[in-house]
This record gives sequence, structure tokens and C-alpha cells, in this order.
Amino acid sequence: MSAHAEAAGHEHHGPPMANRSSRLDPATLGMFLFIASEAMLFGAFFTAYFFVRVVNPDAPATWPPPPYHFPIFVAGVNTAILVTSSFTIHWATQAIKRNDRNGMRAGLVVTILLGSAFLLTQMVEYAHVGFNTGDGAFASVFFGLTGLHGAHVFVGLSLLTIAAVRAFKGHFSAEHHHGLEIPSIYWHFVDVMWIVVYFAVYIL
Amino acid sequence: MKNPLRDEASAFRVVVLTLGGAVLVALGAWINTWLGVVVFLVLVGVALFAIRGGMRQRPTQAHVVHDDGPARKILVVANETVAGGELHELLGRKAKGVSEDVLVVCPALNSKLNTWTSDEDGARAAAQGRLDSSLTRLREAGIAARGEIGDGDPLQALEDALRVFPADEVVVSTHPPGRSNWLEQGVVEQARLRFDVPVTHVVVESLSDST
Repeated sequence: MSAHAEAAGHEHHGPPMANRSSRLDPATLGMFLFIASEAMLFGAFFTAYFFVRVVNPDAPATWPPPPYHFPIFVAGVNTAILVTSSFTIHWATQAIKRNDRNGMRAGLVVTILLGSAFLLTQMVEYAHVGFNTGDGAFASVFFGLTGLHGAHVFVGLSLLTIAAVRAFKGHFSAEHHHGLEIPSIYWHFVDVMWIVVYFAVYIL
Repeated sequence: MKNPLRDEASAFRVVVLTLGGAVLVALGAWINTWLGVVVFLVLVGVALFAIRGGMRQRPTQAHVVHDDGPARKILVVANETVAGGELHELLGRKAKGVSEDVLVVCPALNSKLNTWTSDEDGARAAAQGRLDSSLTRLREAGIAARGEIGDGDPLQALEDALRVFPADEVVVSTHPPGRSNWLEQGVVEQARLRFDVPVTHVVVESLSDST
């Protein structure tokens, strides 16, 4: 049978078959695209932030405008907590790649505890920051950016909790640990975004 | 282009680099606001350059499946030259006197814009047409050949094929130097570095006698 005849025999209606390359598996590609859309969402919030702080002709000369202050030290401690959680989730994924299930479980539990500590500290910070969303545009963008990030931490924690439940049920192995690796990539993204938020809002 | 979020380890590297970059920007801004802006722009440029592939794509050793079966397995990667006379002559010589199994992979070459917009249908259809005529000629010459369309990147197409086809030898077919885009990109050299199978390079001078 000629190649053309074979091709005609296999002809089908509808869209062509998807081309799957080993360059990137579909699940990781899905998370990559999701993260790309999330980066754009954060980009919109940063645009509002820099507009209020830099472009706006009525922008305050000092940031935040007096008499308010941002709790730089507390946020710095929170930054250290979140950066540490990236190291612990990296430890967890490296552990399962070596088939060390106890290491993976320990890494996951510590990461969830650190993430929860971050959220708790942020709530305490909100309670004591001394201004609210109605106190000016600076306050709106502050709560908007940090609140958006906090929501992402919550989503990341939910994903990691699901991964932890599966880890304790023995679902992951050295060969199959997508259910851990993909939430870990998201967690690293959340961490990167916080570093940018912290330096842009609190430090600069 | 390198995906910085390909796996968890790459994403972790991004976290560490972002932290280092943020510290540098803050230090620069502390000295002078504009210095901070310059540091930020330089870091963004370096990051984009690294994502783009750096000075040269570093070949990494890829996993190759091996098979001790009786047939000699030859993997051919060719696009516009897939119907070239020199390629078919070479395959005829290699298949002479042995039981052969030839897989021809034809990368679906596409423009960057079409790739990014997932508009692959035209590229795949064109590659399929070239592949079909080549397979017909090979089979007429008595060579047991089959074919498939591969990734637009020839090295990626090779790697994909080698994961499922335990080739004893790889044949890369190109236009002559000066006309070949693949030679300009160093595809043959990179294939030799990347895969632990013998790689033969065949130059197809003219397609006039084969089309």
C-alpha cells in the first residue's frame, strides 16, 4: 500500500491530532500557562501601584505618605519565612526524586507550616498597620497588592495540603511525583512574586 | 528558548536568582534611584538573554533507548531534502544485505509567529507531503521505511524519536553549507554531542532528480 493510500485510510474528520513533544509534558505546560496569566494579573496591580506612586501628579513625596509607616521589619521576617519555604519544598521534591518519602513528607509539612506562618503574620500586620483601604490611594494599592499575593499563598497552601495528603497516603515515588512537582513550581512562583512585592512596596 | 519553569529545580533557581537580583536593585536604589533603575534594566536584559538561550545552546546528553534486535534501525531526520537522491542512495547502501528498519522523521518547520499561535496545520501538512513522496520512493527501492512528522526543532524531533525508536544510527540530511539553515545552527555537531549513537551527515546537492 502506498503512503498516500495509507494516509487516506487513516483520514479522520475534525481537528488534527495534537502534536505531543517530550519538550514539555501537558501538565507542566498547563501550570506554565497558568503562571503566565498570573504574572499578567500581578502586572496589572503593579501598574496601578507605580501609577499611584510615580506617574500620578499628586503622588506623595515620601512613601508611604506621612504619618503612616509600613512595617518593614515584620514584612522582612515574613519574606525570610517565605524564602525558607521555597528551600523546604525544594528539599521535599529532591527527596522524592531519591525515593526518600520521609524527607518528602517532612519537607512538605515544614513548607505548609511556614506558609501558614506567613499568612498569619500578614493578618497580624494588617490588624496593626494603622491605616485602612479608605485612607488613600496608597492604602488601596498596598492592600490590593499584598492581599492579592496573600490569596495566592492561600491557593498554594491548598495545593500543597492536597499534595501532603497524597504524600502521606504513599502516592508519590521517584518516577511519579507530578502531583508534588507542579504545586511546587506554583509555590516558587508565589515566592518570586512576594520578593518583587516586598522590594517594590516596602523597600524602594 | 529555555523555559525557566520547566521543572521544580528550574523554578527554585528562579527564586534564588530573583532574591539576588532584588537585593542588587535595592542596593543600587539606596545609592541612587537611577542606579537602581539601571541595575534593574541590566538584570532584566541578562534574564531575557539567558531565557533566549545564552551565547549558544548547550547540548545536554539525552537518553537513548537501545535495542539488540536483529534489524538494523536507522533514524533519518530530513525536511526539504527528505526526497533527495543522495539520501536515498545512502539509505540503499546502508540497507544492503541487512534486515533494516528505517524511521524517517520530517520536522514540521514553522515560523515563530505560527508556532506561538499554535498554527501548525500548514507546516505539518507540507511536511507530510514531502514525507509521503519520500517513503513511496524508499519502499519502491525495497527499503522498509516508515515515517512521522516531528517537532519543528530538528534536535527535539530527534530526541522525541529516539525515546521510542532504539536507533543504531542517525542520519541527518541537509542542504549544502551556505544554503542549509540547520548547518548554520550546528544541528549535526549538536546531535553528535547530545546523542550517544553514530550520526551520519548527508548533503543533498539538488532535488531536481528526486521530485
